[in-house]
Parts: sequence; C-alpha cells; structure tokens
Amino acid sequence: MSSPLVKLVTQRIALGILLLLAVSVLIFAGTQILPGDVAQAILGQSATPESLANLREQLGLNDPAFVRYFRWLGGVVTGDLGTAMSSGQDIATSIKGRLWNTLFLAFWAAVVAVPLAIILGLIAVRYRNGWVDKLISGLALASTSFPEFFVGYVLVYFFAVKYQIFPGISTVYDGMPFGERMQAIMLPAAALTLVVLAHMMRMTRAAILNVMQSAYVETAELKGLSAFAVIRRHAFPNAIAPIINVVMLNLAYLIVGVVVVEVIFVYPGMGQYLVDHVTKRDVPVVQAVGLIFAAVYISLNIIADIAAIVANPRLRHPK
Amino acid sequence: MADQRAKSVLLDIRNLRIEATVFPPGEAPRNIVLVHDVSLTLEKGKVLGLIGESGAGKSTIGLASMGYGRGGVRITGGEVILNGRDILKGGKEGFRKLRGREVCYVAQSAAAAFNPAHRLMDQVVEATLLHGTATRAAAEKRAIALFKKLSLPNPESIGERFPHQVSGGQLQRVMTAMALCSEPDLIVFDEPTTALDVTTQIDVLAAIKDAIRDTHVAALYITHDLAVVAQVSDEIMVLRHGRLVEWGGTRQIIKQPRQEYTNALVSVHEIEHQEQKPGTTPFLSVKNITAAYGRSQIKVLKNVSVDIYPGQTLAVVGESGSGKSTLARAITGLLPPEQGTVTFDGRPLANRLADRPKEDLRQLQMIYQMADVAMNPRQTVGTIIGRPLEFYFGLRGRERDKRVAELLDKIEMGKGFVDRYPAELSGGQKQRVCIARSLAAKPKLIICDEVTSALDPLVANGILKLLLELQKEENVAYLFITHDLATVKSIADSIAVMYRGEVVRYGAKSQVLAPPFDAYTDLLLSSVPEMEIGWLEKAIKGRRMASAGN
Repeated sequence: MSSPLVKLVTQRIALGILLLLAVSVLIFAGTQILPGDVAQAILGQSATPESLANLREQLGLNDPAFVRYFRWLGGVVTGDLGTAMSSGQDIATSIKGRLWNTLFLAFWAAVVAVPLAIILGLIAVRYRNGWVDKLISGLALASTSFPEFFVGYVLVYFFAVKYQIFPGISTVYDGMPFGERMQAIMLPAAALTLVVLAHMMRMTRAAILNVMQSAYVETAELKGLSAFAVIRRHAFPNAIAPIINVVMLNLAYLIVGVVVVEVIFVYPGMGQYLVDHVTKRDVPVVQAVGLIFAAVYISLNIIADIAAIVANPRLRHPK
Repeated sequence: MADQRAKSVLLDIRNLRIEATVFPPGEAPRNIVLVHDVSLTLEKGKVLGLIGESGAGKSTIGLASMGYGRGGVRITGGEVILNGRDILKGGKEGFRKLRGREVCYVAQSAAAAFNPAHRLMDQVVEATLLHGTATRAAAEKRAIALFKKLSLPNPESIGERFPHQVSGGQLQRVMTAMALCSEPDLIVFDEPTTALDVTTQIDVLAAIKDAIRDTHVAALYITHDLAVVAQVSDEIMVLRHGRLVEWGGTRQIIKQPRQEYTNALVSVHEIEHQEQKPGTTPFLSVKNITAAYGRSQIKVLKNVSVDIYPGQTLAVVGESGSGKSTLARAITGLLPPEQGTVTFDGRPLANRLADRPKEDLRQLQMIYQMADVAMNPRQTVGTIIGRPLEFYFGLRGRERDKRVAELLDKIEMGKGFVDRYPAELSGGQKQRVCIARSLAAKPKLIICDEVTSALDPLVANGILKLLLELQKEENVAYLFITHDLATVKSIADSIAVMYRGEVVRYGAKSQVLAPPFDAYTDLLLSSVPEMEIGWLEKAIKGRRMASAGN
C-alpha cells in the first residue's frame, strides 16, 4: 500500500519503543536515588553492617548500576518483574490480576464516557452559544472542577449510604459473576466518567467548531444539508485527529490516573497496589508498576498518533 | 411582451436590504448596512454578472438568493422571488429545500470548498441524493457526463479521487459539475476563476461558459474582473458600497459606461511607465542559483540568473509554483541556495540570513501579499514603522516620531494614523504601512511579493502609482513578483518570465513583450483576459490552432 503511511507508522512505533526505554532508565535511576537500598529495607531496624553486606552480595547490589539496570530490564523483557520484598511474592503474578481489574474498570468507564463526551460535544456545536451549549459546558466543567475524591464520596453518600443502590466498597474477586462485578464497579466507573467527560467533550466541541469555519462547511450548508448532518458528515471527519488525541489521553488517565478512585472504593487494581507498596517502600513493585503505567501511556499515545495519521486522507491516498 | 418577460423571469430581487453586526475593536458593536435597496431580475437561462470591488456586496447578494448570510449577515428588507415565490418567507426549512436543488453555489476556492475527507463523487452527488431527485446510480452517471462536458481528464474515474489529488483548475471544474449535477435553475458563481493561474483560468472559463450554454441554467456570475465577466455575461450590474451603480447589457457597460465609476473600472490598467534603460552595472546580481526545499530532489530554482539596476524595477512573472517567491527567499537568505551566488555592490552576500551583517539586512527589505498578517495586530502604525528606525539607525524619541511622520506623509496617509491599529485600516492602507516600514530602512532594494494581488483593482492601482513615485524620490529598486501581466506592463523596466523554476525569457520590458515569443510567454500573454466581447472564443481558437500546428 501507500509507503508514506507505512513509514510514518513504523516511525511512531520505533519512537515509542525508544521512549519506553528512556522511561525505564528514568524509573530505575529514580528508585536508585531514594535513600537506602533494598537490603536496608528488607533488614530494617535489625540491620547490622555484616548482614547488610551479606545481603547486598546475595542480591547483587554491589554490581555497578548499569549492570543492575540491564539485569532488571532483561527480566522485564522476559516477563520476570522480580519479587516483591514485602510479601516475597512474584510481582508478575500479583500484577496480572490487578492489571486485569484496572483494565476492566477503565474499559467500562470508557465505554460510557467516550461516546457520551463526543455526542455531547456534537450537540454543543449544533446549538453553539445557545442555552443547551452553555448547560452542557457548564455541567461538564463543574464535574471536572471537583476533585475526584469529592465526586467519589458524593456518589458513595447518595448511592451507597442514602439509597443503597450500589455498594460503596467495590470488592471484586476471581470468578465473580459478571453482573455482580458490574454492580461493584458502578460507582468508581461513574466517578471516573465524570472526571474525564468534560475534557473530551470540550475538546470535541473546540475541534469541530474550528472546522466549522471552513469553506467546505459552507458548501455543505449551501447544499441544503441540515445543521446536524453538516456537523456529522462534514465537520466531524475533519476534526477526528484532535479528538482521538484527547480521547487517548483520557483513556490513559483512566488506567494510569485511577489511583485515587481505586483507593476510595478499595478496588483491587493497579493504583491501589502501587499505593500499598509505595508506603512499604517496596522498590521492585514500584518500578514494575511505574513501567507498566508508562507502557500503557506511551502505547495509547502511539495509537492516537497512528489513528490521526490514518484519518488523514492526504496520507492514506497520496497523489 | 411584458407578460412574456414576466413569465420567463427566474429570479426577481426587490429592494433587497442586508445588514450585519460588526464588532470593531474597543468599540460597542454596531449595525452596518451591506446592501442598500438593490433590485434585479434574471431571466431563465441568462447570465448576469455582478461586479464591484470588495465590500460592494456582490457575494452578499449572490448568497442572499439562496437565503444565506455569512457570519452575522441578515436580510432585513425586500423580497427574493425565485420561481414565483418569495423565498424569504419559507423559513429555515424552505431554504434547505431550495439550496442544492433550485440554486447551487460555486465558490471562489474549490480547493477549500471541497471537504478533504470525502471522495469527489460523494460530494458531487450529495445534494442530488439529499433532495431525492435521482437515484445514486443516475446521479453518478449524470456527474460523469458533466465531468466529460467540462473536459476533465479521466471522467469515469476522477470521482474516485480525493480533493488533494486533483489540481486547482480541475477542482474548480468539478465544483461546477457539482453545482450542475442536481439540475438547478440558477447557479451562483462566486469568483470561480479568481484563485486560478491565468493560463488555467481561460480553460475553466471556457468550460463554465459551455456548460451554462448547454444546460440552459441561469447564473449570477460574481467577480471583480470586468474582462472576465465580459466573456460570460449577457448583462452586467456594477455595484459599489452595497448600492447599484449601473446595470446594462455587457456591450454597453464595457463600451459606453454611463457612470464615472464604471468608467474607472473599465480603464483601470492604464498606468503609463516609461521603461528605463539598464545602467552600466547592476548592484545586485543573481548568478546561476539552484535551490530546493529540504533535501528534496525537486529543484524549485534551476540555474537562475538575473540582474537588478539601481532605481529600477525587475518584474518576475510566472504562475504559482514557478519559483518566483522562492527566488525572493534565496536572495534574502531565507532559503540558502544549493548553488550559485548573490552579489551585492560587487561582493558576494552570505548564503544564510543568519550570517549576514545588519547592514546587508537593511539594504534588502520585503513587502508581502497579505499586509494584514505581515503586521503585528497589537502594535500601532507608529510602532510598526518606527521599529526599523530604532533597529537600523538607533533613532529614539522625538527624532523617531518625526521620521515616522515623514514616512506616513510619503505614503499619503498623514500623522493621524500613528496611533491606529492595523485592524482599523483598509486593505490598501495596510499595504501602504508595510511600504513605509520597508522604506524606513532606506534600502537599495525592496522585494515586492504579489503586493497588489489581494487588493481591488483601483486600490492596487493606487499602490502601484505610489511605488513608482517613491522609486523616483528614493531611487530604490524593486524586485516585483507577480502573476499579473497587466501589473508588469505598468511598472517594470525589465522582466524575467519564470516557468517551473527556470527563467524562460529575460530582458528589457520592450524586448520581452515584443514578438517573436517563446511558446510559454505566448501562452501567458494570450491568456490575459481582454475587455472585449468574444475574446475568450478567439483565444481558445488561437490556442487550438497553435496546438494543431505543432
């Protein structure tokens, strides 16, 4: 097919991998700067200089930093994220379930939030500067302005405490029936939706409004198309690139930024896992989670880039 | 007889009044009247040319016949009777039903008016399908027939293409096909050939004219170019500031204009400029310059050499993409050439802008096509003109203000403008401020890049006269880049004709514009519309004979 397209996409993916490597260096270096090392953390108060030296020898902590980095990176690439210090469990195994839970929550939040945001954005453009537009923008802005813990607690107060429709604590476990699971994530998913909705909706509105100034929108109006058909058929396809970008940023936020919401609802996802182990100064876990978050963030942004490239007819259909 | 005429009337606009709300910076919004009580009638199958300068209200009237107003434009009075009913009474729903069905629109820039995200065919048949006047298959068949009629290449498959895959002249024809596809009674052509190169314009014009004749559609043909409208219209209406100036048959308007304003439009290009003989030594010599953008293999300039003499004008003329602006960029150092040198006062200039001393920068100044984007909108005229005085000469305070006032005087604007912002100026005034700014540096050469192309003919004429006067007073040389041959004739001492990055003809004006011509210069010269009925047919015929002779 078209070679510029393939070239651009390959370029983006290569850049993403490079970026991920750079992030891994940063994460590794960051955790090295922290005072104390793993040996000290494990031995804690009972550390004697001899036992420390022994343990360091045993864990390979005396090797130069770059050797340790590559040992760690080698492990990561082969699927071995190391062992959690606090529990002695294999990190990869414990993360798997957590990651799945986080993705499950993010997925359902996105399923609601993304179409809702785009539809609201389209409606806001259709009735731009009228009261419908102002109402949508106002509500969306209000829901974003409140911090997510506040939104979370308000939801808990009304839906869990006062009316007891949904559980206030989102416990999920392996083998939980789908319906129950959905009920459990209802409130955190709603909180997340409210948090990301406004950003996407406002960007959709702005991106389409930008295109509405174009001569081809006038052409469409002069063909007799209805206002909504003009927006949907002629404005929206040309605003898709910035919309995809902001949608992907918010999807990344749904996965990476759920820490607060997961803690509020005691939801066993990556965020809570991270917070737990930061308090325990469990460096290998923090590194592993950090790297996974970075990978998610980078890949979603690559997807956004690629989607924007593919959406451009000039690149899809070169001269 | 009168009854018969009434029957054949398609569009009858009575006492049309159109207003808009404007928001001047720093003032309260106010209402302005764009069109004052204009009336017109158009019979079925006839073409009425609407002509005037920008702000004359011609596009506004054209769009009003579809019940459409751009931005905050509103029709506040009168009637627009189309096919016997007043469309202004139909409401939004009524407008939607007539747009794209009874009346279609052909925009100035087809490149911008086509949606880049959809294939051409989908856009061409969209209105027809929307109004349900034909099935998709029938509409596509009709579109292909129209593509053929408009002599588009590959009529069967061109609809599969996206707008960016088709040239500007072809797009304009596809847009005409789009308008004709739903078989409307009226088409509003809004400057359909203005954005095209002169050699492309003639073909598109001929295609449009044939299509109008064969389909018996009526048309409002809006343009600022009287020579163009004379080729296609049965009648011409001259407008100014939203008022009717004169309305008559095409022959009467161009041969015996009754109004002074019409006369001014008809005789607009008559500036006399006696060609100066080149001096002994040029002060700026471009030698064998080759240039490309980035690491591209495509050379935008190929082995270009020209000389500029003190106090004289070299006009560089060519179509878009011929490399004329790139030549300016190479001379100014914005685009360092790959090969070749620019010699200034006997010494070579540094290739890169960054390597040139301030003195060299001062000697070469530029004026651009779009005056409004060449000025900082948040600076006053005084600041804009004063800047080079501070930068090059270190003038401050009263001295600077005095010089700014002098310069404002030179551009015939006066001190009153010192505290004005660019947004408060007209197009011509903005360009004058840009001229003053370049003069402030006391340069030896001013590069004028299409400086009159965005202006109305009469305003452009004023700018040209000013430039010629300033040349006499300041002994400044111009490198005058333009696509407009009429402008070249009125300002140049020598001419370089560029085509695809090469100078194909170069010499004193009298030599370049005298036969025998090379093929390209001949094509260029024969494509400039002349204010004469039947010119188009003659030119097209001449062209066919020439190509048959080859």
